[in-house]
Amino acid sequence: MSIAIENMTKSFGGTSVLRGIDLTVETGELVALLGPSGSGKTTLLKIIAGLEWPNSGGLNVNGQDWLGLAAQDRRIGFVFQHYALFPHMSVRDNIAFGLTVRPRAERPGKSVIAAKVEELLHFLQIDHLGDRYPAQLSGGQRQRVALGRALAIQPTVLLLDEPFGALDAAVRRDLRAWLRRVHEETGSTTIFVTHDQEEAFELADRVVVMGEGRIEQIGNADQIHDHPASPFVARFMGATIELPIMLSAGRAEAVGLDASRLPRRALPDGPATLFIRPADLTPVSDPSGRWQVSRCASNGAILRLELTDGAQTIPVDLPRRAPEAKGLERGVHVTLRPEAAAIFSGPRQMQTQAQTTEFARKEKSL
Amino acid sequence: MTVAAIKPKRVLPGFTLSLGTTLLYVALVILIPVIALILKGAQIGPAQFWAIVTSPRTFAALRVTVTAAALATIFNAFYGLLMAWVLTRYEFPGKRILDALMDIPFALPTAVAGISLTALYSANGWFGTYLAGTGIEVVYTLAGVTLAMAFTSTPFVVRAIQPVLEDLDPALEQAAMTLGASPWQIFRRVVLPAIFPAWLAGSTVAFARSLGEFGAVVFIAGNLPFKTEIAALLAFIRLEEYDYQGAAAIALVLLALALVLLILSNWLQFRSARHLEARS
Repeated sequence: MSIAIENMTKSFGGTSVLRGIDLTVETGELVALLGPSGSGKTTLLKIIAGLEWPNSGGLNVNGQDWLGLAAQDRRIGFVFQHYALFPHMSVRDNIAFGLTVRPRAERPGKSVIAAKVEELLHFLQIDHLGDRYPAQLSGGQRQRVALGRALAIQPTVLLLDEPFGALDAAVRRDLRAWLRRVHEETGSTTIFVTHDQEEAFELADRVVVMGEGRIEQIGNADQIHDHPASPFVARFMGATIELPIMLSAGRAEAVGLDASRLPRRALPDGPATLFIRPADLTPVSDPSGRWQVSRCASNGAILRLELTDGAQTIPVDLPRRAPEAKGLERGVHVTLRPEAAAIFSGPRQMQTQAQTTEFARKEKSL
Repeated sequence: MTVAAIKPKRVLPGFTLSLGTTLLYVALVILIPVIALILKGAQIGPAQFWAIVTSPRTFAALRVTVTAAALATIFNAFYGLLMAWVLTRYEFPGKRILDALMDIPFALPTAVAGISLTALYSANGWFGTYLAGTGIEVVYTLAGVTLAMAFTSTPFVVRAIQPVLEDLDPALEQAAMTLGASPWQIFRRVVLPAIFPAWLAGSTVAFARSLGEFGAVVFIAGNLPFKTEIAALLAFIRLEEYDYQGAAAIALVLLALALVLLILSNWLQFRSARHLEARS
C-alpha cells in the first residue's frame, strides 16, 4: 500500500511538532523514521495510524483519503513502545482481539479465529505461551505478542513505535533480524520509529532522518553517513567536532589543519564549518602544531585523546596500534588531519547559537 | 575466635514502635468492641437469637435496611462510575471544584445531610412541592431512606475508581482502536475489566456503610415501625429500653452481613486480579 503524505503540519498548543512533512512510502517498503526525541517522528506515526490529527496537510493511502477515516476503519497494525497488551487477557485472547471485535457479519467463526491465532503463535515462535498472561512474559515475548495482535487483522500498513526501545541489547539484535523476516514474509508496508541509528540502518530499506519537525534527509546508511544533507544530520550522525575554516577554491584552510585528505567541494569561498567524527580525525605529531594532547586514555583497543588549542577542546578516537598513535601522550603537539568530513558554509558561531536555541525550544515543549 | 551473629539493620527504623501502636489501636478501637458485641450475642443462645431476629418488627427493619442499602448501592455503582469517568477523562472549567464537592458527604455531619434532604423533599420543600404533583413521595418512605443512604456513600465508589482510571494506560484504548474496536467494545472489553476490582470494592464498602447509616436516615425516614424503621435505629431503641440482648442481636446481624460481603468482594477482586501477578 503506498502512503503519500503531503505538506503535513501539526502543533500542540503553541509548539510546532511537524513543520511541513512530504513523504511517500511505496508498497512493501520498510522505512525507518529516525531522529532525536522531540523531532516529531512519533507524532507522524500516530497521524498515519489515526491516533493524532494534523492541523493541515494530506494523507493518502492507495488514493484513499485517510484523514476522513477513523483509526478503527484504517485497518492498520500498530505496535506500541510499551506493547500495550491487554493485561486481563491471555496471549491467545490478545492476538484474537482484533478479529473478535469485528461486526457480527464480518466476524470469522470461532474455530477460524482459533486456527488463525495458532498459526500466528507458530509464526511468531511463541507456541508455548498461548495461555500465559502478559504479566508472565518477558519484554521480548511481549513484543512478539504485540506484533502478533497487530498482524492478526492483516493490516494494510504496519506501524511500530520504538519497537525495541524497552529491550536489552541482545534481545534487540534478535528481534531486529526476526522483524526483518516477518516483514519479508508478510510483504506488508512497514514504518517504524527509532532513535537508534544502528537499528534504523540495519533494518530499513530507506531511512528518513527527522529533526525539529522537518525531514532533514532521506537515504540509506552510506548516503546519510558520508553525505549528510545538513549540519543537523552531521551532528546527529556523530560528527561532534566542529571547526571553523575558510574555504578557498573548494579547499578547507585553517591553522593547525591538514586538509589534504579531503576532496575539493563545490562551495563558495568564505567562512565555513567543518564537521568531523572523532574516529575520522588523525592527530599527526608536529612540534610546531597548534593543538596539544591534554588527556590520553586507552581502553585496550581504542586510544581516546583530548586535544586542545587553548580555546576549544575536541575528542579524538584512534586504534591504539595504528602507526599514527605512536608517541601520542600528554603534552605532545599535533596537527589535525581529517580523513573524512562534511563542510557547510557559514561561520560556526552562528550555528552554535542556532544549536542552543534548538535545545531551549526542545525543553520548553517537554 | 567467635564471630558475633550479625543483626541486620532495618532501613526504616521504628518498626516495633509503629506496629505496636497500630495493634494497640486496632485492639482498643475495633477488636474489643466487636468481641464484646459477639460475646453479648453469644449469651443469648441460638433459639432466642433466632426469635429476636425473626420477630416481625426486627425482621421488617432488617428488610428495609437491606433493600434500601441495595438500591442505594446500585444507584451509586452507576452514578459513581459516571462521576469518576467525567472527573478523569474530560477537562472542563470548574473540574477541580466538582472534584472537591465529591467529598462533601464525607465532610458533612450526616445529621446535617439528613435534615437538608428532609427540608428539600418534604411536601413544601423545593423539590417536594414539584414531586407532590406527580404523586411521588420521598420523605417518610423507602425512597427517602435510599436517598439518604445514597447521599452518604457516593464518595466510596468515586474515590475507589478514580485513581485506577487515571492510571489506565491510554495506549490500551488506542491499541483497541487500531484493532477496530468500537467505543462500546473498548469500554466493555478493555476499560471495564481494568476498573472492575476497584468498582466492586468501592460498591461493597458503600453497601456496608449504607447498612449502618444512621444520622442521615433517621431524619428523612419518619421511622415508622414495619415501614421505614431501619435496623440501626431499632438497635438504638432496644438500647434505650435496656434490652441489651435485642440490641446485640440486631447489631450482630448487621455486622455479619457487612463482613460476609466484604469477604466475598475481596475474593472476587482476588480472582479477577490474579493474572496481573507475574508467575515466574
